[in-house]
Amino acid sequence: MEIKKREVGDIRILDCSGKITLGEGTMTVRNTVRDILNAGGKKIILNLGDVNYVDSSGIGELVSTYTTVTNGGGQLKLLHLTKKIQELLAITKLLTVFQVFEDEQAAIASFG
Amino acid sequence: MVNAIEVMIGSALDNLDLVQALTDSVTAFMKFDEDAAHWVGMSVRESVTNAIQHGNKLDLDKKVEISYGMEPERLTVTVRDQGGGFQADAIPNPLEGDNLLKPSGRGIFYMRTFMDEVDFRPLATGGTEVHMVKMLKRGTSGSL
Repeated sequence: MEIKKREVGDIRILDCSGKITLGEGTMTVRNTVRDILNAGGKKIILNLGDVNYVDSSGIGELVSTYTTVTNGGGQLKLLHLTKKIQELLAITKLLTVFQVFEDEQAAIASFG
Repeated sequence: MVNAIEVMIGSALDNLDLVQALTDSVTAFMKFDEDAAHWVGMSVRESVTNAIQHGNKLDLDKKVEISYGMEPERLTVTVRDQGGGFQADAIPNPLEGDNLLKPSGRGIFYMRTFMDEVDFRPLATGGTEVHMVKMLKRGTSGSL
């Protein structure tokens, strides 16, 4: 799995690609978000458009990341969910938890 | 039974990609559509992850056996570990209350959602056998 970081003002956009599965993929997300929080970042967008495979550990990592960011006073938004990630989130009622966007500008604007 | 494949792997998470590749080959051979093949692959991956991690507790001396039974209209996959047994009913419902935001506990729920049959059977040797079936629905999406 690979994550490329971009910044739009004080918003960190993480362009994720590859697999978010048990082990390396989940650790990559966790460590990247932790580094942003430690550096004072509070507004994070996870762009999952190029993530081609997620297992239950990957979904768990998204939940864990959401909790960590929220408990730290930040906000996490999801961008460009693939059909399969959307299904995995929907059947476990997690689409009601995350703020999900199809348009990057709308995701950016949502931080207010 | 038309075709059967049996493999044995060590209890290392690195082997998950090997199992994934094998499952993908089996579902392609059987001509499952893309969605169904994806969910079967994920379900088998979840089951083998559980066998390695929770069943055999990453003990490299313990093995996981995976078998694929290919019939014209159905794929049967069994995953056996050498762990201390497992109570599937004891797994909390991931959709209820505080479980919704727990980082783990969704794997079996996904398996039960995407496969047509999922059964957990205790083995006489002390481990667990997971028995999964996916029907081949020709001309349909095969998803959910």
